[in-house]
Amino acid sequence: MPNEQQIIDSNLSKEYEYGFVSDIESETLPPGLNENIIRIISKKKDEPQWLLDWRLKAFELWKKLPEPSWANVKYEKIDYQAISYFSAPKKKELASLDEVDPELLRTYDKLGIPLEEQKMLSGVAVDAVFDSVSVATTFKEDLKKEGVIFCSFSEAVKEYPHLVKKYLGSVVPHSDNYYATLNSAVFTDGSFVYIPKGVRCPMELSTYFRINEANTGQFERTLIIADKDSHVSYLEGCTAPMRDENQLHAAVVELVALENATIKYSTVQNWYPGAPDTGLGGIYNFVTKRGACLGENSRISWTQVETGSAVTWKYPSCILKGDNSVGEFYSVAVTNNFQQADTGTKMIHIGKNTKSTIISKGISAGKGQQTYRGEVKIMKGAENARNFSQCDSILIGDKCGAHTFPYIDVRNPSAQMEHEATTSNIGEDQMFYCNQRGISSEDAVSMIVNGFCKDVFKELPMEFAVEATKLMEVSLEGSVG
Amino acid sequence: MLSIKDLHAEIDQKSILKGINLEIKPGEMHAIMGRNGSGKSTLSNVITGRENYSATKGSLELNNESILDWTPEKRSLEGIFMSFQYPVVIPGVNNTYFLKAALNAKRKYFGEKELDSAGFLKVIKENLKELDMDMKFLQRPVNQGFSGGEKKRNEILQMLTLEPKLAILDETDSGLDIDALKIIAEGVNNYRSPDRSFLVITHYQRLLKYIKPDFIHVLIDGKIVKSGGKELALELEEKGYNWLDS
Repeated sequence: MPNEQQIIDSNLSKEYEYGFVSDIESETLPPGLNENIIRIISKKKDEPQWLLDWRLKAFELWKKLPEPSWANVKYEKIDYQAISYFSAPKKKELASLDEVDPELLRTYDKLGIPLEEQKMLSGVAVDAVFDSVSVATTFKEDLKKEGVIFCSFSEAVKEYPHLVKKYLGSVVPHSDNYYATLNSAVFTDGSFVYIPKGVRCPMELSTYFRINEANTGQFERTLIIADKDSHVSYLEGCTAPMRDENQLHAAVVELVALENATIKYSTVQNWYPGAPDTGLGGIYNFVTKRGACLGENSRISWTQVETGSAVTWKYPSCILKGDNSVGEFYSVAVTNNFQQADTGTKMIHIGKNTKSTIISKGISAGKGQQTYRGEVKIMKGAENARNFSQCDSILIGDKCGAHTFPYIDVRNPSAQMEHEATTSNIGEDQMFYCNQRGISSEDAVSMIVNGFCKDVFKELPMEFAVEATKLMEVSLEGSVG
Repeated sequence: MLSIKDLHAEIDQKSILKGINLEIKPGEMHAIMGRNGSGKSTLSNVITGRENYSATKGSLELNNESILDWTPEKRSLEGIFMSFQYPVVIPGVNNTYFLKAALNAKRKYFGEKELDSAGFLKVIKENLKELDMDMKFLQRPVNQGFSGGEKKRNEILQMLTLEPKLAILDETDSGLDIDALKIIAEGVNNYRSPDRSFLVITHYQRLLKYIKPDFIHVLIDGKIVKSGGKELALELEEKGYNWLDS
């Protein structure tokens, strides 16, 4: 097995390696958004009436909503009528992986995601979402023995309608915000997880999202429910081909943790960031992620490594309703070249003795612009709530920017709040110290940046931590002269 | 080993070194003494190739090859090491990782096989022992929260591990208590050999009680104004620098 340094070295010379397009026959709806398109999507998925009604309600509202402009990012206005809202590889209703289009399997292979179950020795169950639909979920049977449900969202609507109906929109309502409302109207697929009472999910669950078709948007919806005394760790990865046009990804993730339950949600987001020299193309990543700690002593932990996308707009948040519940947000975001990110979190303390931790590490290089936006709200009844926030930014070069907007709203005097923020450059003294010990500038930057991100990387599951380290190398390539 | 002829250097267009001549042969230990601001640290920064320290005239050669165009890392890989006066903190990067990266960079440069963790540990254990340092030291982030003495010991640990041909000790004695000073001096003395050279930069002669240079040079206003043997250190201790001012 190659050691960590070899992996890093081999990646140093790489460009965006997931930028290929797969030649797969797919069925794609014509561009445009109207009630009829929504009815077609719903029909294709054979959905119950209540879900279609829910979609249409969202669509009616969306038409009246203004597109938000408060984020600290600049981009060309999106033409929502130029996007196709549904694309699926043609072959469907698969009985087993053997029936999956081999080209599709090759695609996931190229992405380093083995779908074939015999290869799954690493013990990670994978749900793969290709453009609009979930194409394969591995290890389903093994998980079923424990009572764990892990399947595509469409399947969940059919098989477990009571769970979907109960929790869909319970954390992120259809009226939540512009992009979440759009998603509610047009979402096509996603992952669904239910962990029953007292079960510790025996393996990491993972979803890989891939946008392939041109001019399509990806609108997936993930719903994870952890019942009493259960535990689950969930990983999410994303890639897309290199294209000159911008593509929209507007996902919604809802997490529900009941009494004593723990959900750990990790993301390594590596959507195509646009051309490094011109900024042309790239994904608009406008995502709503929120978790509700409904039960006492429940815990939700978000860990994200954001290295891709042209524009990112994303605030994974926690509603701490149950007494003694805990919310955590660990984030590393990289903006290089022309990338822009406005990201952060919200921690809403409602229950007594609720605790939240925010650790955000921002790295800007090239002409990258990055904003941390965070809100900590302590409600009236949240006796003895505690929050610790730490937001650090590091700048590489003098054409990038880092901005921090912390909002703190405390309505209970017993709250304890701590906030720390720093912005620094990679010091000339640090670089020289490394150089003087024979370490090259490229290696020195990656070493210093990885050290800077350590508090976040250590929260990631092992295999993701290595991937994240690798990604940082690629993302920051060429950032030192 | 190192040959400096009529070297002039400036920083921010301010002339600091004004014609340095210095020959360091293999196995020799030279000491440069002088007041603060005389150009001692500039000299070490020019030799190691630090950004913004530019040589404007003269030559700087390592084993008969001009190194003025070499990057700092090439100078390091070719055998020039500097123990920093103020070792730099690198948060989140543990000492083992840093040292191993440095050692492997060097091994790679010379076409040797890179060491794995076990191989590296073997090397480092010996050196830790010599400097009376605890293994725990390796797990701490580079220089973060180190006491003054620990930082300097860490520098010498790096020297022993990287095995340079020329070691520059820049004010290594500052901030050390007497016990730490003795341990470091012993480490340095044990490292001396007929093919390794030293350039010791200091403004006290305290360190020179424990490590004995072959030559002492006094630097005043960017020039070496007097050179001599060990006895010069004692003379300086007694009379200060004023008698050498022109």
